[in-house]
Amino acid sequence: MSATYAQSTDKIDVRYVAHLARLNLTEEEVVLFQSQLDQILAHVKELTALDVEGVEPTAHAWPVQNVFRADEPRACVDREKVLKNAPLERNGQFVVPKIIE
Amino acid sequence: MSDLHSLSLHQASSLLAGRQCSSEELVQALLKRIAAVDASVQAYVSLDAESALAQAREADRRRASGGSVDPLLGLPIAVKDVLNVDGQPCTCASRILEGYISPYDATCVARLRSRGAILLGRVNMDEFAMGSSTENSAFKVTRNPWKLDHVPGGSSGGSAAAVAADEALAALGTDTGGSIRQPAAFCGCVGLKPTYGRISRYGLTAFASSLDQVGPLTKTVQDASLLLRAMSGHDPMDSSSVDVPVPDYSLALRPDLKGMKLGLPKEYFVEGMDPQVESAVRAAVEQCRALGAEIVEVSLPHTRYAIAAYYVIATAEASANLARFDGVRYGKRVEGEDPIDMYGKTRAAGFGREVKRRIILGTYVLSSGYYDAYYLRAQKVRTLIRNDFLKAFETCDALLTPVAPTAAYRIGEKKDDPLQMYLGDIFTVTANLAGICGLSAPCGFTGGGLPIGLQILGPGFKEENILRVGHAYEQATEWRLKKPELKG
Repeated sequence: MSATYAQSTDKIDVRYVAHLARLNLTEEEVVLFQSQLDQILAHVKELTALDVEGVEPTAHAWPVQNVFRADEPRACVDREKVLKNAPLERNGQFVVPKIIE
Repeated sequence: MSDLHSLSLHQASSLLAGRQCSSEELVQALLKRIAAVDASVQAYVSLDAESALAQAREADRRRASGGSVDPLLGLPIAVKDVLNVDGQPCTCASRILEGYISPYDATCVARLRSRGAILLGRVNMDEFAMGSSTENSAFKVTRNPWKLDHVPGGSSGGSAAAVAADEALAALGTDTGGSIRQPAAFCGCVGLKPTYGRISRYGLTAFASSLDQVGPLTKTVQDASLLLRAMSGHDPMDSSSVDVPVPDYSLALRPDLKGMKLGLPKEYFVEGMDPQVESAVRAAVEQCRALGAEIVEVSLPHTRYAIAAYYVIATAEASANLARFDGVRYGKRVEGEDPIDMYGKTRAAGFGREVKRRIILGTYVLSSGYYDAYYLRAQKVRTLIRNDFLKAFETCDALLTPVAPTAAYRIGEKKDDPLQMYLGDIFTVTANLAGICGLSAPCGFTGGGLPIGLQILGPGFKEENILRVGHAYEQATEWRLKKPELKG
C-alpha cells in the first residue's frame, strides 16, 4: 500500500469537497477522512493501469430506453401524509429559512 | 407447537394449510422468540407487534372463509429498514430519518401484503446500506447469532441475523455490492440478489441506483424462490424494472444437476483467502459434480479492478441520491442562518461517518477535473467486467465462487479501516456491476463454528439456474439443519 500511496500526486481537498456536498465537518473529521480517503484513492488509481481506449461506458447493466406511459391523471401520495414528515409546516407548505432579503 | 418460530416459509405454509396452527399462533411464537433472544442479537429496529397480530387474525379469517388460498397467506416477514412500509418508520438506520413515517408501501412490500404476507417489523442495517458489517447503524450493533461478539455481515445484517436466529421466517434485504449475499453467508442462511431490474425499487431508499436490488433472505432456497416470484415483475412506478415474464421458479427445483455446466472463475480463488473458506467452497464444488454437473474452469480477468470501479460508481451515485436529505421536506433539521447553513448543519448532525466519507468520495469523483479520470473510467471498466461475465455465460449455466474471502469477523475488527472493509467485498460487487443474479447458500462452518457461504452466480434473468443449483446442493447436504445456540 505504501508504494502506491507515494505515487499519488493530486490529493483530495476534503474541506472543499465537503463544502460542495453541503456537509459541515469537524476538524477531527477532516483529518481522519483525509488519511482514509487518500488511502482509498490510492487503491482506486489502479484503474489507470487498464487500457480503456475505445471501451463504451456502462451506466446501467440492462439498458432500458424510452420508457413512456400514457399521460393520464391518477392518484398520488396523500398530501397530508407527506406533510406530516415535514420538519416545519405551515398552511400546507414546507417552511424554510429566508432565501432573499 | 413450541417451535413454530423455527419453521421455513414452506413448512409454516403447509401447517397453516392443514389447520395445524393459525397465523396468529405463528406471529405470537415469533414475538415470543424475539422477546427471548433479540436483547442479545439486536436484529430489530422497530417491531409492529399489534399490527402483525391484527394482520394475522385477518389472514386467519380469510383462510376460514374458504376459497383458493395463497401460499404466502399468514406468513410473517421482516423488512430491512430501507424499504417503505405504509404508516411505519423507515430510518435507513440513520439519525437523519429519525421520526420519519413512510407515507406508502414500497412495491415489493405491497406485493407481499396483497398476497397475505404479514409485515412483522423492520430490521437493522448499515446506515443507508453503506457497509459490510451493520456496525454503521446509528442505532445499534447487530450481533452474529452464531457468535455474539462477531458481526452479522452487512448491510442487510439485521435481516440475516433475524432469519438465522429464528426471529423471522424470512426477511427482505437489499444488495448494492453484496449486502444480501455476504450477511447471508456470515449468518448461515440463504440470500438471493436478483438480476438488476427483476424487482421494482419503488419505495426503496436509493443508495446507488444503477446497482441496488431488493431480494429475500430465507432459511431454504425453495423459500427464496417463493418470495422472488411474489415480488418480481414490471412496475410502472420504477422505469428500471424490466418487463420480462416471471417464471414459476419452483419448477426449476430438482434434486440433481444433470446437464448443467458450472464454471469456476480462477480469479475467485486467490491468495489471502481463509483456507477454511476455500476448502468448504471446493468441497461444495465437488458435491455439485457428484450431483451431475460438469465443472469447468473459466476466467474473469478484470476481477481485480472491481473494488475500485465499484467504490467510484457507488459513491458517485450515493452522493447524488443523498442530496435529498437536506432538512427541508422530511427527517432531521438543524436550523441555520440561511438554507446553505441549514443543509450543512443538518447533514453534519444527521449522517454517520461512513456515509459522510462516501458522500465526499462520490462528490470528488464527479467533480470538475476528476470526472473523466475516475467516474467515466470506472464506467468503462464496468463494461469490461460485464463482458467477462457475458463471455463466461456463453459456455456456463452458472458460476461457483466463495461469497467472501473470510467468515464473519469480530465486532470492531475492521471498523476503523474502511479500505480493508471494502476489499472484503471483492467476490460480490462484480454481480452488481454486471447486473447479473447471485445466490448465497450455506456450505459449511469454520473450526470456530462460523458459517461459510457458497456463491452461485447466474446470467441476467436466469434466476432459475442459480436456484436449481442452490436447491440441489442444499438438499444433498445438511448445513441448513444446524442452528445457532441462543438462550431463549
